[in-house]
Amino acid sequence: MKHIKTLTRKSHKSTIAKGGCGECQTSCQSACKTSCTVGNQSCENN
Amino acid sequence: MGRIHRFQLNNKNIVMDINSGSVHVVDKLVWDIIELYENNSTEEIINKLKASYPEEDVTAALTEVKALVEEGLLFSEDLYIDDINYNNQNIVKALCLHIAHDCNLRCKYCFASQGDFHGDRLFMSLDVGKKALDFLVENSGNRVNLEVDFFGGEPLMNFEVVKDLVKYGRELEKKHNKKFRFTITTNGVLLNKNNMKFINENMENVVLSLDGRKSVNDDMRPTISGEGSYDVIVPKFLEFVKMRGNKSYYIRGTFTSNNLDFSKDVLNFKELGFKSISVEPVVASPEQDYALLEKHLETIINEYEKLSKEYIKFKKNGDGFDFFHFMIDLNQGPCFIKRVVGCGAGVEYLAVTPEGDLYPCHQFVGNDEFKMGDVYNGVNNLDLRAEFKDANIYSKDDCKDCWAKFYCSGGCHANAYNFNNSLKKPYKIECEMERKRIECAISVAANLEGEED
Ligand code: SF4
Ligand code: SF4
Repeated sequence: MKHIKTLTRKSHKSTIAKGGCGECQTSCQSACKTSCTVGNQSCENN
Repeated sequence: MGRIHRFQLNNKNIVMDINSGSVHVVDKLVWDIIELYENNSTEEIINKLKASYPEEDVTAALTEVKALVEEGLLFSEDLYIDDINYNNQNIVKALCLHIAHDCNLRCKYCFASQGDFHGDRLFMSLDVGKKALDFLVENSGNRVNLEVDFFGGEPLMNFEVVKDLVKYGRELEKKHNKKFRFTITTNGVLLNKNNMKFINENMENVVLSLDGRKSVNDDMRPTISGEGSYDVIVPKFLEFVKMRGNKSYYIRGTFTSNNLDFSKDVLNFKELGFKSISVEPVVASPEQDYALLEKHLETIINEYEKLSKEYIKFKKNGDGFDFFHFMIDLNQGPCFIKRVVGCGAGVEYLAVTPEGDLYPCHQFVGNDEFKMGDVYNGVNNLDLRAEFKDANIYSKDDCKDCWAKFYCSGGCHANAYNFNNSLKKPYKIECEMERKRIECAISVAANLEGEED
């Protein structure tokens, strides 16, 4: 595409089927302990 | 609510498709088309834009937009799932162990009230610690990865128990086919060669608390005798990080209204040689003189932007560092369900006090209303657990309509409760900061796309 550069084509929908396994890190254990950003955690199944 | 969020930052026009999670960097023409797209026909769009752009360009750009719409990556529909079937078995997989309710610093903003959490100064006994690990294993169902954070007060003040618990955890791992991921949060005062070695060998992440510039740190983080702590701690942290090699750690500071220019503190960490940095807004009620208030928001937001510019510059020069909130991995992020349910406090994540009492998370410890049970008898406040379990981005009105919901996941329950007396009403100042951090993070990704780091 000439006008659009897509950074990610990942769709949330596609992660529903496999998702929710619960093996990934609890967000507050990572670095901040006072707030929550789940979006910067990573998935254990990738 | 709208289906997309558009913003311009760090020389990029960015369009986020809220519901799919897809992110697009677009030129000015597409930026303009997107603005018109939902409420205008193709002809209307062409008519409106042909004064500013050659018509064939508009048509070509429109074709690109339509292709993405068709693929479900632009203007996609909400995936609303009314039955979030998450953790029906109430599995617990992470504990925050309050190893010591005592501290050797007197940080002014400490939510733990200088380590004692509004109670007596206490150390967790080995017996309580072991019971906590047993409780975790027993309640973890088929989860393999279990997390245990050694927290305080200051956990190094009770380090023998930490060591014994790691040993005990390793025994449990074998017996029950689990994997413990141990982490520790420390202020560094008591770090020495021996405990550094132990921590480096056994802890998968370490959070090192320090507030940035010496003046900022020493003002907020005095020792018991009232002196600054910076000169004692920084050399220890530097030695520690050097020993740590490639293993993960974070140097973590707090900013308050006394250092709204906190990007300088982040950059000070970088200059000292730290590579993984997190600097967080203080959690404090408005009557404290260092609290963050609405009138500070504009300054804070500009500061995040400023930091993002520096951050991109350093990364592009091959001299980058990691800032926790700017590290969004757009392709390998968490699954949809995790994005909906958020931090897991009160359900899969619990805090344990030195006496063995269970609380929804470290931020609620000391507030009797939130006691959930204890490690001997398990969780018995089932209503409270249900309340936490139900607090997700679809049950919070503000979140439902927020473009950032799938990144933020509903914010911090503790903040919501402390400021609005409800788990379901997010704390506005936090929301504004969070939205800005996400924009910054995505603009960072857009700028670094295709660059080797
Ligand atoms: S920024 Fe606020 S409103 Fe938006 S998802 Fe997070 S907590 Fe909810
Ligand atoms: S409620 Fe807040 S502090 Fe507690 S685990 Fe969740 S995000 Fe972290």
